[in-house]
Amino acid sequence: MSRPRIATVWLDGCSGCHMSFIDLDERLLEVFERADLVYSPLVDHKEYPEDVDVCLVEGAVSSEEDLHKLKVIRERTKVLVAFGDCAVTSNVPGMRNPIGVRPLLERAYVENVTINPGVPTEIVPALLPTSVPVHTVVRVDVFLPGCPPSADLIFTLLTDLLDGRVPDVAGARFGR
Amino acid sequence: MSTVHTLRIDGKDVAGSDGATILEVARENGIDIPTMCHLDGISDRGACRLCMVEIAGSPKLAPACMTRVAEGMEVTAHSERLLEYRRAITEMLFVERNHVCAVCVANNHCELQDLAEDLGVTHFDLPRINPKVEVDASHPLFAIDHNRCILCLRCVRVCDEIEGAHTWDIMHRGLDTRVQTDMGLAWGDSPTCTSCGKCVQVCPTGALFEKGRAVARGTRRPRPFLPWMRVVAEERGL
Repeated sequence: MSRPRIATVWLDGCSGCHMSFIDLDERLLEVFERADLVYSPLVDHKEYPEDVDVCLVEGAVSSEEDLHKLKVIRERTKVLVAFGDCAVTSNVPGMRNPIGVRPLLERAYVENVTINPGVPTEIVPALLPTSVPVHTVVRVDVFLPGCPPSADLIFTLLTDLLDGRVPDVAGARFGR
Repeated sequence: MSTVHTLRIDGKDVAGSDGATILEVARENGIDIPTMCHLDGISDRGACRLCMVEIAGSPKLAPACMTRVAEGMEVTAHSERLLEYRRAITEMLFVERNHVCAVCVANNHCELQDLAEDLGVTHFDLPRINPKVEVDASHPLFAIDHNRCILCLRCVRVCDEIEGAHTWDIMHRGLDTRVQTDMGLAWGDSPTCTSCGKCVQVCPTGALFEKGRAVARGTRRPRPFLPWMRVVAEERGL
């Protein structure tokens, strides 16, 4: 049997969940004795590969780009994990939701700017009307709340999945 | 001498004095029923509906905090159906306002967070409403962030029943319901508020907080100070 393929992606989040992932420390070696990391902000792959077994998705879905990436990820992934509060609830990125995109961008790029005010329209992807949790856009198999989820919880989740068990996320909670 | 009723809660034989609620008797017997609006020492209101229980012979669910025990009562406080309802209520409490645990003063000592963890609520299937709601920081010591208010109305009751000021009350209806100070005056302009801080002490979330506290650094709210409140409440027949 081929080795399980793990991916991690970083949508609209602060990367704190990835920091917590790195906090697995020497347990990273234990995980990657048994599996390969095929795509991640931590490795140099440009394209999300086919046939991924487990993908940890950090961050809310806030832009056209996030949305596009997520649809590709879902198609190519067996077990998709909503990884951390931004992915699960939209959390901090979602704080802009009551404000609306236009007033938000005006505030950030026009009202509070003295040099070259103007909302950027090129290169950066367009924002969605609201920043939304991952499961409102694609099917999610496992939810791991937490800001961030502890390294212990991430380790339990990954080993449970590698052993073919339904992950036990008892102890996971919103916030910390 | 008061009458004692014997009854069963979750199959356990228990006894409670006349006038005691199902919630009180359950807790005395180590049966935990979740609730957000109940607080020992102030009157019950039945606002949150988390403590709903099944009573044999009744087609309706009853709030444990508002239902008096009776002889021979057969109460189910935990079942698959009740758990499902309690999870749904928890979701509704979260999506109705803008709860962002990560940046909340009450992070990690919030009763709503605890509730979600206890009931295994890991995400919300209900859509977020994203309402635009206010923060009133006009009081010199305290502030209210309506984004985090779940309308348990503990603040309203403690202010009226214990402090006797009745600064807090509620206004509007449905999704627009808000707790308010002195008929909608800014809290800082309230002529009745004594700045006692009881409302802040009883708030289960980070809606009411002391100014100057950083994320997750709100006052830990030790409830043991509440026994004196219970004495006052009992004196007043509440």
